[in-house]
Amino acid sequence: MKSPFKEMTRQARLEWHALQSCQTPVIRVGTATCGRSAGAFKTLNALKSITHKLGTDCIIIEVGCLGLCFAEPVVSISTSSRPPVLYGSINENRARELVEKDVLGNEPVEDYALGTLGEKRLNNIPLLSQTDIFKHQIRRILKRCGLIDPVSLSHYLANEGYSGLEKAAAMSYEDIIQEVKASGLRGRGGAGFATGVKWEFCREAKGEPKYLICNADEGDPGAFMNRSLLEGDPHSLIEGMIIAGKGIGASKGFIYCRAEYPLALERLETAIKQARSAGFLGKDIMGSGFDFDITIKKGAGAFVCGEETALIASIEGKRGMPRPKPPFPAVSGLWGKPTIINNVETLASIALILQKGAKWYAGFGSKHSKGTKTFALVGEVKRPGLVEVPLGITIREMIFDIGGGIRADKDFKAVQTGGPSGGCIPESLKDTPVDYDSLNAVGSIMGSGGMVVMNTDSCMVDVAKYFLEFTQKESCGGCVPCRLGTKQMLDILEDITTGNGSIEDLKILEELCQTVKRSALCGLGQTAPNPVQSTIRYFKSEYLAHIIEKKCPARVCRALISYFINPETCSGCGACRLACPTGAVSGHKKQPHEIDQAKCTRCGACMEKCPKKFSAVQCIPGKIF
Amino acid sequence: MKASLELLFSEFEGRKEEIIPLLQAAQTCLGYLPKEALLEISRFIHIPESQVFGVATFYTQFRFSPTGKTHVMACRGTACHVRGAPRILKTFSDCLGIKDGETTEDLEYSLETVACIGACGLAPCAMINEKVEGKLTPKKVSGFFHRRTKNEITV
Repeated sequence: MKSPFKEMTRQARLEWHALQSCQTPVIRVGTATCGRSAGAFKTLNALKSITHKLGTDCIIIEVGCLGLCFAEPVVSISTSSRPPVLYGSINENRARELVEKDVLGNEPVEDYALGTLGEKRLNNIPLLSQTDIFKHQIRRILKRCGLIDPVSLSHYLANEGYSGLEKAAAMSYEDIIQEVKASGLRGRGGAGFATGVKWEFCREAKGEPKYLICNADEGDPGAFMNRSLLEGDPHSLIEGMIIAGKGIGASKGFIYCRAEYPLALERLETAIKQARSAGFLGKDIMGSGFDFDITIKKGAGAFVCGEETALIASIEGKRGMPRPKPPFPAVSGLWGKPTIINNVETLASIALILQKGAKWYAGFGSKHSKGTKTFALVGEVKRPGLVEVPLGITIREMIFDIGGGIRADKDFKAVQTGGPSGGCIPESLKDTPVDYDSLNAVGSIMGSGGMVVMNTDSCMVDVAKYFLEFTQKESCGGCVPCRLGTKQMLDILEDITTGNGSIEDLKILEELCQTVKRSALCGLGQTAPNPVQSTIRYFKSEYLAHIIEKKCPARVCRALISYFINPETCSGCGACRLACPTGAVSGHKKQPHEIDQAKCTRCGACMEKCPKKFSAVQCIPGKIF
Repeated sequence: MKASLELLFSEFEGRKEEIIPLLQAAQTCLGYLPKEALLEISRFIHIPESQVFGVATFYTQFRFSPTGKTHVMACRGTACHVRGAPRILKTFSDCLGIKDGETTEDLEYSLETVACIGACGLAPCAMINEKVEGKLTPKKVSGFFHRRTKNEITV
């Protein structure tokens, strides 16, 4: 007799195959958070009502996110006679058109098509995997996202799901740890510590029971990789957690997830229930004699809880404040017991490594950074989205080949990686490979995968101030360097951006960076100076322009810019005069207007209201007296 | 209030580490955390009120005053910041006549900022009553409230 797992997988594969080759058209709508905010539900409802009204026979499935944020809402339509086509930016009207032309008429709508899924292309519609966005990507962790129904265990099983667990169930813990070590996997949460080595510490540590915690408290502003994975393929995390539990010898796992991700939490709860009833969680998993279960813990909105010891304090029901290390959590963690904390992507990679083998996993990546990594490529890039690339790819390839370059054809200025703990990498270093060590070498970090692209309209002093405002606000206040150091640094940056800075300040700022970095208790404080240090390192001229010339070259810092009206293009329409909240604009009808610089608060309302055809209001760096 | 809290407590065991889930449940039920709720929780799990207050004030999720019927959370994440979040926040603030962290006197609207919603691909964005609005412009924001006010009048 076949094992129950083999039978379950066989059934799931049959179902999946039937869905792929069924005569009835299948419509998939991406309804993850990003799709929803772009109106995916309106599209979904429109599709449902139109097909119902027309009596069209079709299957409509909600799927997760493919990572094409710029083209949301996305819809794919597959029929038995041709390869499935993926469409982008489908609003209600376009949904109707798709049903009429593609579903009923079997004529794909080329105008909205992004590409075909699978291996066959159509006339005039390219293979999605050959388009600029996808051809540089290697999708492994995200391979199911956007294609399977995230709340269907059967879809996950049909796509190699839980086959990693099946293997692990028959392996000894030494072999599991060995496999993870051989893969070269390093923690995807930011610090990049070798996962297998960390597990070994925990396995060997004295103390029972041991605990496993998944850190899903994705707090870096500008990052949403974990959210997309949790919403699009929650079972991959659960499978990874069970394997990790067996590896380290823990029978209890926690997922610490942000409360700001309601959909991810909902999907996780559903997936855990499904895994329990299928026998993947609970007692004697797959006949291995190993017990494991998972509890979800909702975060309460504290960035510092991404730090291991703070996260543990939060689960224990305390204020989320870090404590000194050592002892490391692998030796003494949750309730004083050996605890492993891994990031969502690390654990999802574990499932992959066991499914496909360490050698396969390490087939991509650079010498010391193996495998693929997901990034949230956002900011001033033409095609923002979630991407997965082999480590070692260059920044240039990511921004220009995958992201399509800079919006509105402006110039690329810098890219910020690693969130508040990372730094800004300038245009001149765009050929830097994206891996742990190369990014460290240029003064940034890889972090969890946020990548915010900036153009020449971003002021780097303002960016540094922005991050310090963030870390200062999120500092738990536990140690002096972080509590007071970041405050002093922020005050100096405030002075510089308001035109009150001096050269002396810049020196103090650099000294403070050193001190805080060396003396803060936890990762939050130790890395808080990174955005300041990296911007001083690469954009010192901008700091000097603020301090000496009292100018903001990027025209961002309000105290260091001026608005004026070009008398040659001003038609005297009066729009700016009416928009000005302080009465600084004066002029007669059909006569060029003027701005009284003494009254002007530089809010920019006049420039916003000035009709495009005149574009008479201009903003310039520095002050006009 | 006491009755609704007791009903809520019935789903918990009264262990110390349940404090954050308890606070979350109480806030979901009451909309905010009034002093009495904190007191009841401290009695339920047998720890001093000061400790309950200490934990509650540490986490930004917890509120100690009621929010408006329409609760706006303007995102100030990095991607949003680079794409003009400060102007979006200012427009929200101007439209509603309240600052970050305030509620209108009639309890209709409240405004706060959040670190990151995680919809960075659609920056700048904001969350209005659990619904994420993306690709915002000052015009879109002011139009939004204009429309909303009109709707309310017709209702």
